[in-house]
Amino acid sequence: MSRHYSALTLLREGLRGNRGWAKAWRTSKPKASYDVVIIGGGGHGLATAYYLAKNHGINNVAVLEKGWLGGGNTGRNTTVIRSNYFYPESAALYDLSVRLYEKLSRDLNYNVMFSQRGMVVTAHSAPEMEMAARQVNAMRLNGVDAELLDREQVRKLVPILNFGPDMRHPVHGGVLQPRAGTGRHDAVAWGYARAADTAGVDIIQNCEVRDFITAGGRCVGVHTAQGDIRAGVVGAAVAGHSSALVAKAGLDLPITSYALQAFVSEPLKPVLDTVVLCPPFGTYLSQSDKGGLVIGGGLDRVPSYGQRGNMPVQEHILAGLVEMMPALAKVKLLRHWAGIVDVTPDSSPILGQSGVDGLMLNCGWGTGGFKAIPAGGYLFAHLLATGTHHEISRPFDRDRFVTGRLIDEGAASGIAH
Amino acid sequence: MTSHRTARTALIDRSKPLNFIFDGKPFQGVAGDTIASALLANGVRVMGRSFKYHRPRGPWGAWVDDPNAIMSVSLDGRAFPNCPATTTPLVGGMQVRAVNAFPSAQFDIKGGLDLFRRWLGAGFYYKTFMWPDWHLFEPLIRKMAGLGDVSRDVLDGYCSDQVYDDCDVLVIGGGAAGLVAAHSAAVAGQGVVLVDDHPVLGGGLHQRTMVEGIIPAEWIAAQVAGIAAAGGRILRATTAFGIYDHRMVALAENGPFGTAPRLHRMRAGRIILATGALDRPVTFANNDRPGIMSIDAAGEYLARYGVCVGRRIAMVSNNSNADAAQKMLREAGADVLRIDPSKGAFCAVGGKHLKGIAQNGTRTAADTILASGGMTPLVHLWRHAGGKLDWCADRQAFFPAAAPEGMCVIGAANGTFDLASALDEARAAVAGEQILRAATTYRLSPLWPEPGSKGRQWIDFQHDVTLKDIELAARENYVSVEHLKRYTTLGMASDQGKTSNMAGLAAMAAIKGKPLPEVGTTTFRPPFVPVPLALYHGGHGGQLWSPLKRLALEPQHRAAGAAMGEYGGWLRPGWYGGGNAPELIHGEALMARASAGIVDASPLGKIEVMGPDAEAFVNFIYYNTIKTLKPGHIRYGFMLTEGGVIMDDGVIARLDRNRFVISCSSSHVDTVRSHLEAWRQDGNDLDRIFIHDVTQHWATITIAGPKAREIVRGLGLDLDLSAGAFAHMTLREAQFDGAPLRVAWVSFTGDTSFELSIRRTGVAGLWDAVTAIGKDAGAGPIGIEALSILRAEKGYIMVGKDTDGETMPHDLGFGIPRLKKKTAFLGDRSLHSEKASAAGRKSLVGLTVPFGAVALPTGAHVVEGKRSAGYVTSSYDSPTLGHPIALGLVENGAARLGESVEVWHLGAIRHATICAACFFDAEGERLHAE
Amino acid sequence: MQIFPCPFCGARPEAEFHFAGELGKVRPDTVAQVNPEDWTAYLYAQRNEKGAVREVWMHTTCAELFMMERDSVTMAVVASKSLRKVAS
Repeated sequence: MSRHYSALTLLREGLRGNRGWAKAWRTSKPKASYDVVIIGGGGHGLATAYYLAKNHGINNVAVLEKGWLGGGNTGRNTTVIRSNYFYPESAALYDLSVRLYEKLSRDLNYNVMFSQRGMVVTAHSAPEMEMAARQVNAMRLNGVDAELLDREQVRKLVPILNFGPDMRHPVHGGVLQPRAGTGRHDAVAWGYARAADTAGVDIIQNCEVRDFITAGGRCVGVHTAQGDIRAGVVGAAVAGHSSALVAKAGLDLPITSYALQAFVSEPLKPVLDTVVLCPPFGTYLSQSDKGGLVIGGGLDRVPSYGQRGNMPVQEHILAGLVEMMPALAKVKLLRHWAGIVDVTPDSSPILGQSGVDGLMLNCGWGTGGFKAIPAGGYLFAHLLATGTHHEISRPFDRDRFVTGRLIDEGAASGIAH
Repeated sequence: MTSHRTARTALIDRSKPLNFIFDGKPFQGVAGDTIASALLANGVRVMGRSFKYHRPRGPWGAWVDDPNAIMSVSLDGRAFPNCPATTTPLVGGMQVRAVNAFPSAQFDIKGGLDLFRRWLGAGFYYKTFMWPDWHLFEPLIRKMAGLGDVSRDVLDGYCSDQVYDDCDVLVIGGGAAGLVAAHSAAVAGQGVVLVDDHPVLGGGLHQRTMVEGIIPAEWIAAQVAGIAAAGGRILRATTAFGIYDHRMVALAENGPFGTAPRLHRMRAGRIILATGALDRPVTFANNDRPGIMSIDAAGEYLARYGVCVGRRIAMVSNNSNADAAQKMLREAGADVLRIDPSKGAFCAVGGKHLKGIAQNGTRTAADTILASGGMTPLVHLWRHAGGKLDWCADRQAFFPAAAPEGMCVIGAANGTFDLASALDEARAAVAGEQILRAATTYRLSPLWPEPGSKGRQWIDFQHDVTLKDIELAARENYVSVEHLKRYTTLGMASDQGKTSNMAGLAAMAAIKGKPLPEVGTTTFRPPFVPVPLALYHGGHGGQLWSPLKRLALEPQHRAAGAAMGEYGGWLRPGWYGGGNAPELIHGEALMARASAGIVDASPLGKIEVMGPDAEAFVNFIYYNTIKTLKPGHIRYGFMLTEGGVIMDDGVIARLDRNRFVISCSSSHVDTVRSHLEAWRQDGNDLDRIFIHDVTQHWATITIAGPKAREIVRGLGLDLDLSAGAFAHMTLREAQFDGAPLRVAWVSFTGDTSFELSIRRTGVAGLWDAVTAIGKDAGAGPIGIEALSILRAEKGYIMVGKDTDGETMPHDLGFGIPRLKKKTAFLGDRSLHSEKASAAGRKSLVGLTVPFGAVALPTGAHVVEGKRSAGYVTSSYDSPTLGHPIALGLVENGAARLGESVEVWHLGAIRHATICAACFFDAEGERLHAE
Repeated sequence: MQIFPCPFCGARPEAEFHFAGELGKVRPDTVAQVNPEDWTAYLYAQRNEKGAVREVWMHTTCAELFMMERDSVTMAVVASKSLRKVAS
């Protein structure tokens, strides 16, 4: 039986008909109680369990997932990983994530295929170039890699962009983050699940949390589809369902859930080597290792839990792509889908106490949760293990909405939030 | 007649031969052929290579259910990647190449990859390539992946029409059931649209000899005539590829090859799905060989294209449909032998050329194997719309169950496989009667993959997912249907699982010992078939993407030599003259300081707020106190968000007691107007406040400079323009050429400045007059670039450039209302949050550089060590002052005047000094000059 | 393309509308003392229900705000109603 993944074990097991591979994770039934119960078996929840075990030696942990693990936004995003943010607080958060991603395949012994092919956000006017300079300087001062590109440098990087005279928004230059890139989203969920499971964490699928168990105003467990489970502390990482979940504890959140659509084209031979976002069109894309163009853009601005969007936004995003890269008009769309994203007023996440003792929150990642999975897990584990913030998560506590210390990255990302 | 073309009646025109090239070799087909049918007619079996193992492949299906024969097609110098051979109509002159095969499908150099199959199974890449670095392996993997190559050429004229369309009843599918439904509905007086994705309607009817007693072509023609006569519409070669909320159906109407389809956004009162069903494959050893096809596909090739797919055919079926097909193929001259799958495991024998089929040690020679594991209704659109499915054990398929509102399903798509029942069902559906799935003559015995059985057995042909891969997925616990699909990639190829979903579910069910429906059901996402991105783009390209707003004076600006550019969504003069732009701009700024500059300020927002409650309203909207503003007076102010952040700045003028004009940034007009309306309607008496956006009705010419008053005097207006009579920040009304003229004394440059606003249709005359008078005074038109410098010299901000997402009025030195304004206003509480009251907030300052140094780069940061403490927001060489000036937002800036700071830009450090954000005429004497 | 019913203009395509927030928020009287928690709740708290929702929308074409009841899972539109006070 092979547990470890390597070229050697692949070779050996291949010769034996691949019959010796161990399960990626056990099928666990819940115990009556755990030290930590994590609600949500997406990337963030699974990463939290992993870091609880790895960084804090806590493995008496259950991850409760109402469906199949990684089936929410983690399996629906456009797989971009980046830390090209403006504020120092954001840079610390997202670059922690990028650095964790850089070692993740080895740490988890699961190839998440983090391809650091770079991300360029283009600038299309003189004022946009000024903002690009401000952005590049901010990133570099925050210790994050960034380059200010001129038109010719963008052309060399992304030759398929429209550099012709008919381009409505001519490219003037852009901001490049070389260490940004893409990853294989399912592999991130599966890799964390397997590693957490190996460390002794119980991952329980098909286990919807129906209500909280409280005692003296404190959350002490959960009522689930598979029975009651007691917990020393409960952490909720359920993205677009955060409001519905915490409402059961009498709480509300500064969150609106929207559908965020994503698209993939038919597989093509390599035509694009980097991640590109063109803000005036609102569309961004990359090419996956299988060859499909993975495309995204702004939200359907209609509050929704439907996991699907409608034609006006589809048309806008894909038309934007054709404007950016007219040669791709003949490429065919293969599939589109949507997730449910939890959007906060400043487009920055919420990490910290919920307002009910014993219940902590990791939510509000909006359209940007996938890139932050390692950092979200790392920091949430710290919160659950110690009861206090890591210095990187402190600014993202929900009390910032009271103090006014918002971290408004909406403008910084260029993507409609 | 070519080798496989028979004499059977078909939907082709044998008198029109079409020459084409496939993988470098010349072939001939006929009009009406698809690429696949033409190749099959010529005896070509190997039409492609599978994605991973590069196994030789032929077409499995005859239409959208084929995962194997994918081509790159060039015609007339235009190249298209990933064309399915089975649905692409043949055009003479086509050059066709199998994708992902080199040099050809027949002889692919990567065919050797199959030898490494033991190590290339599902998910192998998750287990390796981690050391030393994924980036080492990735380029090779990327090159191997992908199907077609996309040419970098932009195709001229490849542009989709897009139409909004609607009907009472949309019937999707023009087979037997759909035709009758459309006919009945049309005759009943309903507005009907029938769509079918084939160029010729009729679905599977062409395989029959008779339909209701007449030959299929005639029966179909009668239905079509009936539909047309009753006013129905038929869209052929049109695929309904998605259903969206509120019964919006997306249709792609295909035209000739090489043209982009037309998009119909069809709103249907009712939707009747008659999309049919397809044969699903049988899972057996070597079931991916060229020459193995679905039984229904063989029927289609014969009926539509006259092609008999083989001469010696082995037919494997678990269901009662096989008999009719067998009869049809025998009549076409083929030997057809039936193999009973229940008698034991069997396998295909042969490689690129099928040799036969072996069962229980006996080998039967055959050049073709036709297989059917049963009928799977095509329910994709049903699922897009949120319709539910139920498992039907005696028909071994998922059938539509609870219907989405306004939708129903009939015919084979509903599991009603008998023709007569399907037609009854169609009529009942139109009449609004309940559809009960009729008993059927269709019989089948379960025939599903058997895990653990011998040989390589394919589940997903294009992605090379075999039964062993599913066993591996189960072994590793990727057992939920979505994990299974994502781990093995089954169902994620360009055929979107049409031939692989059921087998995959069945295999996992068998492994887990569960009934199939417990493993999961099938979810489908639009589009039903891949559609070109051009479809979503329509003609909204170039300038139509976001049309620029144009000035009424554009001809005059151009005549004066303006360099027009995009500013805030408008096309405006950046500067005038063709020459060295920085020099011209500097000249304009100097001229404006010496005599005057004439600016077309028309884009500036003008929103009137009127009514008895207007005063209270604007006083609430603005940060500043407005209720004390007297009629005829103007005040500079800020509009804040409820978070206290500056949304826009500008002047507000009071025309009279109940009438105000708000000026807002030209790029923010729509936002401000929405903002005002939303607050107007929040709890106010709507008969006492009115808001009217007049931005595009008034054109404005600004004359700014020491000679401004003199120039305006030259217009001969009936106004006393002297400084005593006409104070700064006041407004007068006059007339020019019989039209009302508003004259405002308000300055964006720090010099005397009059804004003349006139009805847009009258601005040309005003411009001519002003420029003529101005010329005599040494003044002339200036553009946005010069204006930007002039305002920066005074420290006048541009919102969004010199303010950011946190800037509040007290950061700009406007702190009094925050402390003193007693009435409620938007953002008031937020101005006292912990953050708003904190020390160290960034405030607006000026920045100067040492003598002789160049201007600071805009976007450079003011730093403390390595920490950003602010940034340079505007930076220019000032012609007025003869040295560089800059504005910036710097922590605690207002308290640090005179301090020297480091300025960081792309790793280089400069030095600057903080000063007040005003470089020119700090005392404001020029504003009060005569 | 969803269809939303403007109480004044009738059924119109979703592109003509703008989501203006949840129904029911009342601006605190800021002339009086407002504690930071209440102000924060006014600014940012959302019910964000999964299912039946009551929202304020603007039909940008006619610029009128109105109330719409929808289902945020099925995307069905239940009702729409003017927010204007009825003249007494």
